[in-house]
Parts: sequence; structure tokens; C-alpha cells
Amino acid sequence: MSTPAPINNAAADAISSDGRAPGGRGLRLVAPLAALAVCALIPLVPGLPQFWITLLNYIGLYALVAIGLVVLTGVGGMTSFGQAMFVGAGAYTTAILTTRYGVNPWLALPAALAVTGVFAWGVGAVTLRLSGHYLPLATIAWNISFFYIVGNLDIFAKFDGISGIPPIAVGGFALSDGPSLYYLIWGAVALAVIATLNLLDSRVGRAIRALRGGVVAAESFGVDTGRARILAFVYAALLAGLSGWLYAHLQRAVNPSPFGLNASIEYLLMAVVGGAGSVWGAILGAGLVTIIRDQLQDWLPWLIGARGNFEAIAFGVILVLLLQTARDGLWPHVLRLCNVRPATRGHHAEAGQLAPRARSAGEQRADGPVLAVADLRKQFGGLVAVNDLSFVVGRGEIVGLIGPNGAGKSTTFDLVTGVTPPTSGDIRYFGENATGERARVIARRGVARTFQHVRLAAGMSVIENVALGAHLRGHAGPVGAILRLDRAEEARIFAEAHRQLGRVGLADLADRPAVSLALGQQRIVEIARALCLDPSMLLLDEPAAGLRHREKKQLAALLRQLRGEGLSILLVEHDMDFVMGLTDRLVVMEFGSRLAEGTPEEIRNNPAVLEAYLGGVA
Amino acid sequence: MSALFQLEKLFVAYHGVDAVRGVSLSAPRGAIVSVIGANGAGKSTMLNAAMGILPARGQIIFDGAPIHGLSVEERFFKGIALVAEKRELFASLPVEDNLALGRFRFRREGRAAAHAALDEVYDLFPRLRERRRQLAGTLSGGERQMLAMGRALMGKPRLLMLDEPSLGLAPLIVREIFRIVVSLRERGVSILLVEQNARAALQISDYGYVLENGRVSLEGPSAALQEDARVAATYLGFGAHRGDDGDDDADGDDDAAT
Amino acid sequence: MDLSIFLILLQDGVINGAIYALLGLSLVLVFTVTRVIFIPQGEFVSFGALTLALLERGQTPATIWLLLALGVVSAVAQVWQGRRTLSARRVLAIAGTDLALPAAVAAVTMLLAPMKPPVAVQIALTLAIITPMGPYIYRMAFQPLAEASTLVLLIAAIGVHLALTGLGLVFFGAEGSRTEPFSSAMFEIGSLLVSGQSLWIMGVTAALVAALGAFFELTLTGKALRATAVNRLGARLVGIAPSMSSAIAFTLAGFIGALSGVLVSPLTTIYYDTGFLIGLKGFVAAIIAGLASYPIAGAAAILVGVVEALASFWASSFKEVIVFLIIIPVLLWRTWGAPVVEEDDH
Repeated sequence: MSTPAPINNAAADAISSDGRAPGGRGLRLVAPLAALAVCALIPLVPGLPQFWITLLNYIGLYALVAIGLVVLTGVGGMTSFGQAMFVGAGAYTTAILTTRYGVNPWLALPAALAVTGVFAWGVGAVTLRLSGHYLPLATIAWNISFFYIVGNLDIFAKFDGISGIPPIAVGGFALSDGPSLYYLIWGAVALAVIATLNLLDSRVGRAIRALRGGVVAAESFGVDTGRARILAFVYAALLAGLSGWLYAHLQRAVNPSPFGLNASIEYLLMAVVGGAGSVWGAILGAGLVTIIRDQLQDWLPWLIGARGNFEAIAFGVILVLLLQTARDGLWPHVLRLCNVRPATRGHHAEAGQLAPRARSAGEQRADGPVLAVADLRKQFGGLVAVNDLSFVVGRGEIVGLIGPNGAGKSTTFDLVTGVTPPTSGDIRYFGENATGERARVIARRGVARTFQHVRLAAGMSVIENVALGAHLRGHAGPVGAILRLDRAEEARIFAEAHRQLGRVGLADLADRPAVSLALGQQRIVEIARALCLDPSMLLLDEPAAGLRHREKKQLAALLRQLRGEGLSILLVEHDMDFVMGLTDRLVVMEFGSRLAEGTPEEIRNNPAVLEAYLGGVA
Repeated sequence: MSALFQLEKLFVAYHGVDAVRGVSLSAPRGAIVSVIGANGAGKSTMLNAAMGILPARGQIIFDGAPIHGLSVEERFFKGIALVAEKRELFASLPVEDNLALGRFRFRREGRAAAHAALDEVYDLFPRLRERRRQLAGTLSGGERQMLAMGRALMGKPRLLMLDEPSLGLAPLIVREIFRIVVSLRERGVSILLVEQNARAALQISDYGYVLENGRVSLEGPSAALQEDARVAATYLGFGAHRGDDGDDDADGDDDAAT
Repeated sequence: MDLSIFLILLQDGVINGAIYALLGLSLVLVFTVTRVIFIPQGEFVSFGALTLALLERGQTPATIWLLLALGVVSAVAQVWQGRRTLSARRVLAIAGTDLALPAAVAAVTMLLAPMKPPVAVQIALTLAIITPMGPYIYRMAFQPLAEASTLVLLIAAIGVHLALTGLGLVFFGAEGSRTEPFSSAMFEIGSLLVSGQSLWIMGVTAALVAALGAFFELTLTGKALRATAVNRLGARLVGIAPSMSSAIAFTLAGFIGALSGVLVSPLTTIYYDTGFLIGLKGFVAAIIAGLASYPIAGAAAILVGVVEALASFWASSFKEVIVFLIIIPVLLWRTWGAPVVEEDDH
């Protein structure tokens, strides 16, 4: 376990001013950098067969695409069987521009990237709305269509392809053979690695990382997950397009066959083999698959006695076996062998205050209810889950929503937080109509929430999850992240996240993987994340479940303190001790309707409530 | 006489959290045993583990033999049926097909036996006979519960485990369902009843367990539990006064789990 | 284009569409019961067609060796997966379905093939060789992944597709084959010539659809499959093991794939990888049906066939593009305005 950064020790923070503890991440960075240095020396080895350089060049080209798949699939959770088509977009763009219009390959590079990017954006815009397995199926359709379009249009020289592509020249020196392109290709890989690591370690990166298992939570903190998806998709495509540009000038010719569906499948295979969760896994996978294919192509035809694409058999079997036995790929196993620990992160106590969230006029006013629900109704088919419910939450008030299991409390919560649209009725925050608004819009109104079933992004540490709560208070975009222009803002976001974690008493656990915490602690992490939004209203769904007695008391004290600061709180809770001692007012639900409303004392003595809770057959 | 079904020191982790922490309980033959407790106490998790839906540590013994390694289906073939909290009906199939599928294990026994079994369930739940051609997805909450119970009974279980049968049902329906549960005991079916509706559960059961934070906090004959002030206090919550000891050492070993 | 050309195209489209419909139904069946998006469905089409072609020439189809090999691997996989709870009876059952059955099929094939038996026998042999491959592939590739997400299952399906296509190349070579039509009769209906072969295809398709309908509506096993499809946990709670339902679904998939191959092989030359494209067109239909509705999948398959036929007349180079891009607007329409949902994860 890591130790938290000393809060008042400026020197300690200065050492880790790039935002990381020097030890853990340093080791993680040094080893691959050393590997890269070794790579740089390879072509200089005397007597090394040219063939090995060629193989390494291809590994580099494939690694670029596979790194894109890390962002898209491993981190973003979207599976694409269409990456080869983006490689093709980059390759054909430069082929056409350089052979027909005499454009310099270096000038063709931005064009190739632009074409690939716009193409990916277009494909993504109509495809990424598809959930789960429909997305990969749609990319299969796109890739097959791409193959036939390119193979049948004159502009792409049909299935013959385009030849005579000029080599890339640097300072008058043409990179026309394998060894000279080697540095360009692996330089591109190194840049892709750095850019990708930077992107993932940023405000935008957190949004992408939250896509796997944290979509609802991310949306509830104002993240436009649709935008995050398309961003990951375009980014992956750009790396593929870069690979295509390099490929065209390495091969000096292009035709449709390397950009078909099978190539896309192989790219995904590389990511799965190496481990789609990490850029190093992608490089490892690209290397392994390329070398295995090369070896199989040597001896399989000899074994079978015919020529053909027989390595596909091995690849198919490997893919299935990996999914059955090592779904995260080989890289995590490599790390375990080398005993490398996950990175930790330093914290910027003196990074300065993160600016408060911008507030609407209604939110700033001091009068009127914070949340007003009128005649709210939700029907699922014939079942009425919430039946014309009305209640209000005033400023600086803690209101409890209670009722027996199945009374409709959770549905009510989902309605007022925009997770599900109501069938009818009216929801107002700060006097402004918010009926039917989506979760991320409601977050902008200053409403933060926690979840009954904890929703923390599995791949992120505690503090990264908390930092996601401050999404609306930051502005850095993807380009700034890649170029590291976002460091000051990131430092402020993490300082804020650390402050909120400290407030809920979990600062010690900041660097632990979020899922390693006990459930009760995860609930408290969710409260810290909610506070990071700088909210005016907190909606807590069973915050005390799974907490020990002392923790419950601490939580109650924290919530009272927040009320003292002017926050309004609505909570659903089953622990009656907790609710009775904490709330100002209670709303009791049964069968989707309001059964009673009043102070804890009134509710405690309400016979109808007692009957609802104790039940009975008599 | 030995118990039909026993849990011994059952531990169940759910979503990385120990939701059931060392529960031991025993269900005698021909009796109704109730397990009551607040939401989140681990009742459903315990039943799901007993049925083999969730993996668990500890002993699960049915009819004198451990059934720990058996799948859900194999446990069902041994004679254990679970009516799950969500009922788990085949929504797009008619009521009668739902029931017929409850007898899937006896599918080789022929038409006459199937009809007899259907009639038996219809006699128990006349409402289902009226709705026999209706799709299960269109039934009301009470009818769904009846169908789930009827479907489980088609498999001739020796132990019927009911997970919150009163959930979301109006009192009149709850009464009806609990009356049927009692009649099942008369037919020799042993019953393990998990309920939030404590009063109703204790009224019809022979023996009761109170589950709190994944542990059995109280057990005894149901009649005695009904009188026990601590039941109302610890589980119902109203007017409860747990000592303000601040250190709540009943939970002391939580630290080991984290 | 005049009416007669249109009618010819329409006939072509409907006949191809019938094949796609069979495959689409099979894909919906496999997906709803097992959650596997069965990309390799098309390989069974190739295998069926090419096996029949070899039998027609009096040769012993090499697919019997594939059948034996898959049976052995499936048996090993099952014994390994069930090593803790294995009973003698279970081992015997596995040996029967996975070793004895393929051995018997192989032996009969080796005996009969050189004798050039009648077409009906050839077809029966073809179906007997290809159909069991479905459940064998399920046991070795998908059953160990039973708890995995749809996405993981899809990637595994892609892996199976890769392996089977490669094996197809090994067993059949790169040469294509075309079989004799079952019937060379021609009927004149108005200005339209209808071949006996197309009547065969329509008739067999209709019969199979009717048989499937009866299976699902009238038999308890068919209902058990539907039950697994609508509620896996519910099915398990009444003792319907998902592995049993899945094996049946994959058996049907193998059978329908092989039968489609038999039906399509006289229409066009089939190569070892042709089935993949044919299968994908069944997919277009299945996807249009949301991988859920049998009637919509059937109708959509006919539509795909007709669109393909018309496209091949107007823009033959782009017929594949047109067919595959049909699904994009359909998918958009299906997901438009859908609320944010959490995707099932790895």
C-alpha cells in the first residue's frame, strides 16, 4: 500500500511534480525505455540479416494499430473489427496524393491523418451509438464494404492497387530500404506510446477509462460518454492511419488485400494476445503474432504439403484458448514475472484551488425548494413503480426516502437523477424544470449522487475515481492532454480529489485500486466523488449499507457538516437508526405512492408506517 | 430425526464483499423455517449460494450428503427448488408452458402424469388455471409469485426455498400466498422462507433465524422470536437502542476482511 | 429493365433469400439460447457443399477426419471440464456421442463413398458428417466461456471462424466445386421460367421452417430452448442445463448450415471460404431482426436476397457493399434514442 503524500511538505511534492511518485512509475518507465534503447541499436548489429529488420518494421507498423486498440478496446471497452480499413484509409490517401499529384510524402501525412480521422468520425458517428456486440458486427460490415469499394473503384485502381509510391525522404536522403525506415517506424511507435499514456492519464482519459463499467456513473458527473467513445474511436483510427502512411511508403505499393476483414481480425488478435489493457501489451502482442505467423508460414505449408493461409488455424485456436485461460493477455503475466507493482501517484497539496463550478441563477438564489417533485409517475408495462409521487427538499435540509423493499424508492431516485425518464410528472431543481433531462445535464445543475450498487470504474484507483467527479470543473481537451499542457489543471483536480478524500477519511487509500476496498468504503469513495462536483444537492442511495457502527457515526457527522455548509441532501436508506437520527424530514413510500411524510418522531409513531414495515397476515 | 438441509459456517462473497459471514442453519423435515432480516442483511445471497447460483465456502448438506460441488441443475434434481426474489419466469411463454417446464426433469414420464401434476398445481392456485393461456410476462405481481411457486412445485421438491415471496405484494395477496405455504408443509414439503415481512413470516414458521450483517444474530422457535423485543429493536429499527459503545465489537473482525 | 428481367432477378433473390433465411434463423436460435454470435455458421455451408461435391465424385470427403478430430477434442475437453464430478455413465455418454458416433459416420462414409450412392444417400451422409461438428465446436470453444460476456463470445466465434476457414483450405484446397442440381426440370409460369432446383430450395426451406416451428411450439425440449433463451437462470432453476440447450442449438446450427450448403451448391461454385460471405448475409437478416425475432429474420433474409439480386444487375461490383451497408441504417434505427446503458463487461 502506498503512503499519502505529506500534505504540508512542499519539497516532497516538488520531487514528484510531474504528478507521480518517483519510484513506482519511474521503474515502469525505465524498463520500456531501456527496451526502446535496445531497439534503437538493433540495426547497428553487424551481420544481422536484413530479414529481421523487415520483420521488426512490420511489428512496429502492427504495434501502432494495436496501441490504438488498447485505447478503444482495452480501455474504452469497444471492440472493432475495422482497424485495417483505417490503415487502408491512411495508405491509400498517401498513395494517391504522392503518385498522382506529386505531393511530398511528408505533406501527405497530415492529409492521410485528416482523411482517416474524418472517415473514422463519420463511421463512428453512425456506429458508436450501437451497444455491446452490435458495434463489432457493424465494424465487420464496414470493413467488408471498404474492401469491395476500394477493390472496385477506378480511383483506387481497383484490385490491382497503386504502385510506384515514392519513398519518404529526410533531408534529401530517401528512406528507401528497411533499416532506414526502421527508425522512423519505431520513432512513431515511441511517440504513440507517449501520446497514449499521456491521453489516458488526463481528464479526457478518465472519461474514456470510465466507459468500461462506469458509463452511468460518468454520465451522472457530466461526462458526455458518447463524445468519449467517438474520441477513443478516432484516436485509434488515427494511429491506424499513421501505420497505413508508413506502410505505403515501406511497401511502395498498396492494394486492398492487407486492409480486409482478416487483417482487422489479426489486429484484434494482437491486442488480445499481448493484453489490450496496456500499450506494452499491444507491442508484445504485435511482436508475438508477427513472429508466430512468420514461423508458421515457414513450416505449415511444408507440413500440409500445400500453400495457403494455414496460420489462420493456429491463430484461431490461440485466440479461443487465450479467451478461455488468459483473457487479459500475456502482458500482465510478464509484469507478474518481473514483479512490477502498479504505479502510484503523488498529490499536489499546494497546487492551488480548483475553481468552483459555475452556478445558474436559480442555484444561487437562497429561497425556494432545491428539489420539487410533483405527480411523478413511472410505469413499466402494466406495473406502476412510482405512482403520482410528490415531495420537496428544501435548502440545507436532509430528507430521507424510506419504505419497504420494492416500494419504488430506487426508481424514484433514477427518475430524479435522469437515469430513466418519467412516464409523467414534473421534476424541478432550483425552480427550473428538469423533467426528462439526462443525467449529465442534471449534473450541470449542481446535483451529485451516489449509487445503491456501487459504480466505481474498475480499472482506476480510488483517487482517479474521485477525480472523475470534478470533470465539469476542468476544461482540458485531448490535444492538451497528449501535449501535457493540462498539468496545472490536473494538479488542481487531484488536489481537490485528495481534499475530498481526506474529508471523508479515506486519504490513506487514495492509490489503491477502487475495487480492492470494502463495499462500505467504496460507498464513501462515491460520496467523495460526489463532493468533487462542488454540488448544491447530494442524492445518496443507501450510503450507510455495509458500514460499521463507528463508520456510520462518522458518515452522519459528515452529512450534518455538509448540511451546515448549505448543502441539501436526499437519501434512501434502510438503516432506521441512521435515518432517524440524521434526517430533518422523512418521506415514506409504499407501492410506489407516498404513505406518509413528517419528522422522524412523527413517522416513528405513525401506525400506517409501522404496519407497512412490520407487515402481517392478520 | 436429522435435518433435511443444513448450512454450516457458510461464507459468501458477493461483488468482492463478504455478504454472508459464517451462517449456520438447519431446516428440519416437514417444517417451515424462516430467515428474517433487513434489506442487505445477506438473506438473498445466502439462498442463492445454497442453490449454487453463487459460489460459497462452508458446508451445504442436503439429506445427509454434502452438495457443495453440485450445479444449480444438479441440486434441483436432488430435490431443492428455489423461488427466486425476481421470480425468474419465462415471460414470453404462456403460464401452462412455464408450469410444464417445471416438470422438464420428468419429461419421459408421459402425458397422463404431466396432466395430473398440472391439475395438482392448478388446484393449489386456481388463479393460474384461469390464466393458463396468458403469457407469464403479463401477469400481476401476485400471479407471478404463484406461478413461480407452482413451477417449482412441478419438480416435486423436498425442500422449497422462497426468497421474499411477499415482495411488492398487497397484504391480501400476501395472506393468500402464506396460506398456501402453510398448506405445503401439510403435504410434507419442507420450507426455507426468507422474508423481510417479519411478522408474517414468524406467524407461519416453526423456527426462525434473524440475519444481521451477514450473520445469525438471533434464533429460536418462531413463537418466542415474535415475543422477543430484540427482534423489533435490531431488525425493525424503530425505537431501537443499541448501546452507544462506539466500538461495536460485534463487528470487530471486519478489519480482517478488508 | 423490363418486367421479365425483374421477375428473373426477383426469383433469384427469393431463392438466395431462402438460404439466407435458414442461416438467419439458425443465427437467431444460437444467439438467443447461447448468447454466441455464431460467425462460423457460414463455414458449415462451405463444408456441406464441398463434402457433397466430393461424394458426388465418388471420393471420400476429408471432412470425416475433421469430424473425428473435433469429436476427440470435444471428448477431451468435456472430460477435462468435468474431471471433478465425472461418473462412469457420463464418460460412457461422452464416448458415445463424441467418439463412437463420428467413428460410425466415418466408417459408413468410407464404405459408401466409392460406390457413388444415390443423391439422397449422399445428402444424408453430408448432413451426418457436418451436423455433429456444431455441438463439438460448442463443447470445446464456447462451453468453457459460458459465463463470459457476449463480446468475449463474439471474439471467440471469430477465432473459431479463422480456424475453420483455415481447416477448410486444408481439407478442400483452393479449388471451388459445384454440384449437380437435384432436378433439371423447368416449369414455365407465364413468362417466367422456374427451375426445379429453385422449387426444391423453396420447398425444403418451407419444410424446415415448419419443422422448427413445430419443434419450438409443440415439444417440451423446444420449449426448454425457448425458456433458456428468455431466462437462463429461470431455466436452470427448473433443471434445464444451459449446456444441454446450447448443445441442441449448435446441433441445429450445424444441421441448418450443412443443409444450406447442400441446397446452394448447385446454384453457384462454392470455395472453402464462400460460406463465410453467405453466412454474413444471413447475419444481415438476423441483425435486422435484432437477433431476436424469427419471422422478421426470415422476411429480412428474403429482402437481402432481393436487394442483392437487383444490385447485381445494376451495380454488380458493389452488390456486397450494398448488402452489408443495409444493416447500418437498421442498426441506427434500432438504437436511436436508447437510454445510456451499462454494457456487460469482461
